[in-house]
Amino acid sequence: MTRYLVRRALSSLTVLFGISVVTFAMIYFLPVDPARMYAGPHASVETVARIRHQMGLDLPLWDQYGRYVARALQGDFGYSYDLQMPVTEAVLSRFPYTLELIFAAIFVELVLGLPLGVAAAVWKNSWIDGLATVLALLGVSSPPFWLGLLFLYFFAFQLGLFPLGGVGGLSHLVLPALTAGLGGVGWYARMTRSSLVEALGADFVRTARAKGLSEWTVVLKHAVKNALNPIVTMAGQDIPWFVGGVVVVEMVYAWPGVGRLAVEAILADDVPLIMGTVTLTALLVVASSIVIDIAQAWIDPRIRLEA
Amino acid sequence: MSARDAWHRFRKNRLALVGGAFVAALVLAALFAPWISPHDPAEQFDDGLTAQGLPVPSTLPESTRFLLGTDELGRDLLSRILWGARVSLTVGVLANAIAIAIGVAVGSVAGYVAGRTGQVLMRVTDVVMSFPTLLLAVALVAILRPSLWVIIFVIGAVYWTWIARVIYGETRRLREMDYVEAARSAGARTGRIIVRHILPHLLPTIIVWGSLGIATNVMLEASLSYLGIGVQPPTPSWGVIIREGQNFYRTAPWLIVYPGLAIMLTVLAFNLLGDGLRDALDPRQRR
Repeated sequence: MTRYLVRRALSSLTVLFGISVVTFAMIYFLPVDPARMYAGPHASVETVARIRHQMGLDLPLWDQYGRYVARALQGDFGYSYDLQMPVTEAVLSRFPYTLELIFAAIFVELVLGLPLGVAAAVWKNSWIDGLATVLALLGVSSPPFWLGLLFLYFFAFQLGLFPLGGVGGLSHLVLPALTAGLGGVGWYARMTRSSLVEALGADFVRTARAKGLSEWTVVLKHAVKNALNPIVTMAGQDIPWFVGGVVVVEMVYAWPGVGRLAVEAILADDVPLIMGTVTLTALLVVASSIVIDIAQAWIDPRIRLEA
Repeated sequence: MSARDAWHRFRKNRLALVGGAFVAALVLAALFAPWISPHDPAEQFDDGLTAQGLPVPSTLPESTRFLLGTDELGRDLLSRILWGARVSLTVGVLANAIAIAIGVAVGSVAGYVAGRTGQVLMRVTDVVMSFPTLLLAVALVAILRPSLWVIIFVIGAVYWTWIARVIYGETRRLREMDYVEAARSAGARTGRIIVRHILPHLLPTIIVWGSLGIATNVMLEASLSYLGIGVQPPTPSWGVIIREGQNFYRTAPWLIVYPGLAIMLTVLAFNLLGDGLRDALDPRQRR
């Protein structure tokens, strides 16, 4: 296990290095002059030059990159012109909202998707199997911002069941979570189905059946347990897509998460804030993939032995 | 497997045929939008707004002039959606061409030339994939300033990683094939083996992703445009129509419903077509 952890840590270090190069390049080759942005439109040429010097923008490329990484290691991702506060602070204050939404959406996917997938595998080629297929197709094809606006119209505006947006109690979370999660329900159901169909044909399931266990015990206790592993991987691999995907959901429901922050930053032309949100969410993705890989290696010894 | 067998299998797949027919109809609609739209998509009609200055719904008997109703400026929604198909398809197809070009190049070289080069290439893929897709696209467009070409380029630049992963796996499988082994032992050079012996066998995969990728890219373009960081008004993109209409969703829900349906049906059709092509071209991967 220790060897696996070390290898895993080393491979994420190279990814982190890659992220730092990509984000630095994006800032460096930007057509906007950060010193001019910081000084404001009316500042004199001398002031801009002085700020440029203070910010280290007149240093050679490698020095600037070194300073960028050194600052990033200390958690410093610059200062937001628009919000007048450190970027890290601004992003971290919004992170909890995005995480809440992502977890709620994954909860929706699993709570609806797994049982549907199990039912589809047990009653193969029945109407419920067909339903899973149709849901999967419609789910990946419906734009989440469109679903969100339709939900707002019907459930919040017409029926008055939920608030029209913003944050608050659980009632504020229901529609955004459904919007972000519903797309994945059918997809998870399909994956659970194919994984479970395979497990149901395996030798250990035949043994369990031969022991005279009831069909439901066989399915739930023996087959589902083994079929779940690829699903955990999928839920993990979903996170980067999700962090991007919830951006539009946050916009529809006025949800104060990181995605909304990024869009606001762009509309305000606040470059440090834009890059800060992108960099910090990428770090979140790397961190979450490490956690998931370790969890998997812990569940399934084959993974850590292969590494 | 011959093309004839594949066509035979494809023809029996009803969903794929429906998807293909919709795609064909959409391409025609986009091509002939200037001739088939009932109105100029940018014209603001005096009778396109009600006496209260609100959009005209399609359900009013006097609105036969505007089949899907009008928008907040009195423009004909149907015409705008038809013209929007041009934007969606242009971005979807061209961005996917870029993504496939990069993805196939990276994936096939990384898959064939294992060792250090291959590892570095796949690490680069991992790095790009660790950015939240839509957020990276949003940041890139914001930095480069939105225009049709920037959007096409950015979507291609964030989407190629998916294709690279698939092509990488396929190439790893192909490189162990006997005929590749034979070419290698006959002294053929790496570049030649990839072009002559690997690429032709990747064609089915490329065709499948040609369709599935368009579905994803149409969705990405719509999302960017909805956020206001994609296609800029007055160009009628489906995402733009929904963005402009969302302030009126309570009084004019059709401004959301119809363009959203256009996006959904388009993405669905390319997905169905892609799944059908996969089943027809590669029975091994059939679920």
